[in-house]
Amino acid sequence: MIIKDYTILSPEGIHARPATTLIKLTKQFKSVFHLKKGDTVIKLNSMLNILALAAKNGETISIIVEGEDEAPAAAAIEEFFTQQIKNL
Amino acid sequence: MKGIGVSPGISIGTARVIRKTAAALTGILLTNESAIPTEIKKYDEAVGAAVKEIEGIIARGAASLPPESIEILEMQIELSGDPQIKDNVVQRIISDKKNVSDAFIEVIRDTVEIFSNMEDEYMSARAADIQDIGDRILQHLQEARATTAAASQPDPLAFGPDTILIADDFTPTDTITMDTSQVIGFATRAGSRTSHVAIIASARGIPAVVGCGDELLLISNGDKIILDSLNGLVLVNPDMDTLAQYRLKKLAYAQQTDRLAGLKEVAARTTDGEVITLLANIGEPDDLDQVFEKGGQGTGLLRTELLFMGRSSFPTEEEQFEFYKEIALRSGDKPVIIRTLDIGGDKQLPYFGLPPEQNPFLGYRAIRICLDREELFITQLKAILRAAAFGNVKIMFPMIGNIRELRSAKQVLAKAKTALSREKRTFAENIAVGIMIEIPSAAIIADWLAKEADFFSIGTNDLCQYTLAVDRMNEKVKDLYDPYDPGVLRLVHNVIEQGCKNNIPVAMCGELASDPLATLLLLGMGLREFSMSAPSIPFIKNIINHNSIVKAKEVCKKVMEMNNSKDIITYLQEVQP
Repeated sequence: MIIKDYTILSPEGIHARPATTLIKLTKQFKSVFHLKKGDTVIKLNSMLNILALAAKNGETISIIVEGEDEAPAAAAIEEFFTQQIKNL
Repeated sequence: MKGIGVSPGISIGTARVIRKTAAALTGILLTNESAIPTEIKKYDEAVGAAVKEIEGIIARGAASLPPESIEILEMQIELSGDPQIKDNVVQRIISDKKNVSDAFIEVIRDTVEIFSNMEDEYMSARAADIQDIGDRILQHLQEARATTAAASQPDPLAFGPDTILIADDFTPTDTITMDTSQVIGFATRAGSRTSHVAIIASARGIPAVVGCGDELLLISNGDKIILDSLNGLVLVNPDMDTLAQYRLKKLAYAQQTDRLAGLKEVAARTTDGEVITLLANIGEPDDLDQVFEKGGQGTGLLRTELLFMGRSSFPTEEEQFEFYKEIALRSGDKPVIIRTLDIGGDKQLPYFGLPPEQNPFLGYRAIRICLDREELFITQLKAILRAAAFGNVKIMFPMIGNIRELRSAKQVLAKAKTALSREKRTFAENIAVGIMIEIPSAAIIADWLAKEADFFSIGTNDLCQYTLAVDRMNEKVKDLYDPYDPGVLRLVHNVIEQGCKNNIPVAMCGELASDPLATLLLLGMGLREFSMSAPSIPFIKNIINHNSIVKAKEVCKKVMEMNNSKDIITYLQEVQP
């Protein structure tokens, strides 16, 4: 299991575009992804749940990755939250 | 009736009302456990068909749809197959014995309600997306129920010429798939500036008024409609006089738009020959395209905050240098005034970790941070000095409140130059150094500051809020925020006069510079450089080119004798060309 904290860098927070990209990213792996914001934990496969979090720019969230391919999956998550998201 | 105008223009046309019937619950319960898997299978099939349909819309529209619409549709694909929605539906089928269509209608209804009530305007607008996928999936569910009935695909909506569409709200699918070639306006009962219809209307240049309220639904098909999105108005069955009046307005607006587009190559010059400089406020290199397209003569304010935001650490000297250099190069010999970092207040950097303050606007921000954290400041100054070797770059310090701060900032600048010399870097030794005048104390001692600064730029937004002690972000008092207050105008006047007396250029980069009502007054005060967002440039140029300095001085003299802003605004409206 790999847990890591990220600050949301996209100017509009996790809106439709970052959420869509994020879900597509998780589908490429066998691992299970969870996102924790405050006391709420959601599975990273539901657009509805991600949007309902309304995570804003500057807020901190944790991503939990678990599964046989968790190392490359966590690397992809790292790339997403530190680089990719800035342009979304 | 009144709503929010979202895409400027005037349309006169015929109403076409689009009504949707709400899906009805059947109330039929499942009598047999064995029916459960069948109901779930129906759900999966309906979702599959809906997703295919959306993919089809994307494929057909790939070339013609704006990128925003494609994004919305891709999000809708994810929403349609959403596992959480499915879980909720399945749960109602299993525990409540509901048939799939009833279960689904309830889940969508609840979800739409949750999103509608979200405070974030963007998120509450997503309720329309959920309703939209809900309608689409439901249609497939109900088709499946009546398999014998001919698949009744509703005709794609076709409209006659000069149609103005009236609806409760438009779903993304409506706005994307509708043939809008004959549509000249939209009006909706619900909705906000971030609704889909607002996005589409702006992208296609069709006037729209949203959020008109319940009254809108009294409109019938065939009613004559005037849509004035400049003022957010919808007029129903107007009398002949009103109609004639609006035909003229529409014509005048069209002519004005054309004429302004033609002003690009024309210089800003008053009828008595005074040449005025019109500059733009920008945030990044790509903004320059629009600046030059609108006839801007350079950059009066480069906000450097964008470079520092949306990242996880401070940009290095090299990163900053590349950013400033690109703007300097693309500007050629046109001026680029770079304002040093102006964070704090309403602009925060997550990685800087500034603690929340009780009065952020009166707190640790802008030049105060830079003088305190000298290493940050030197890095930025070095990058600007190096980039200045590639163009006509000037430095501007924000939030200067007294002589001491200006001197300290200049000392740090000297240190940055020394460091660059030691590193044997090429840089602009004689860069011009100006200051923002946005704190009342600075406006009052403008005579002294003018002897030590190379230029002034008046930031009217902060100057106004500090002078009037009004927080412009506070809903309760923001009505008291008034740049036409005589106290504010006296300060502005003093800054311009002192700049002129001491032979240094004075510009204005606050919102007042782009307010057509203020143009004559500011010219009369002696302002010769205006900096604003690029789209405003042609409008202000048009006013300058139709007026004289003689008239402007007279306007200024009269205004400065008035003791309240209501009289001032009324008078300025009267003398408008």
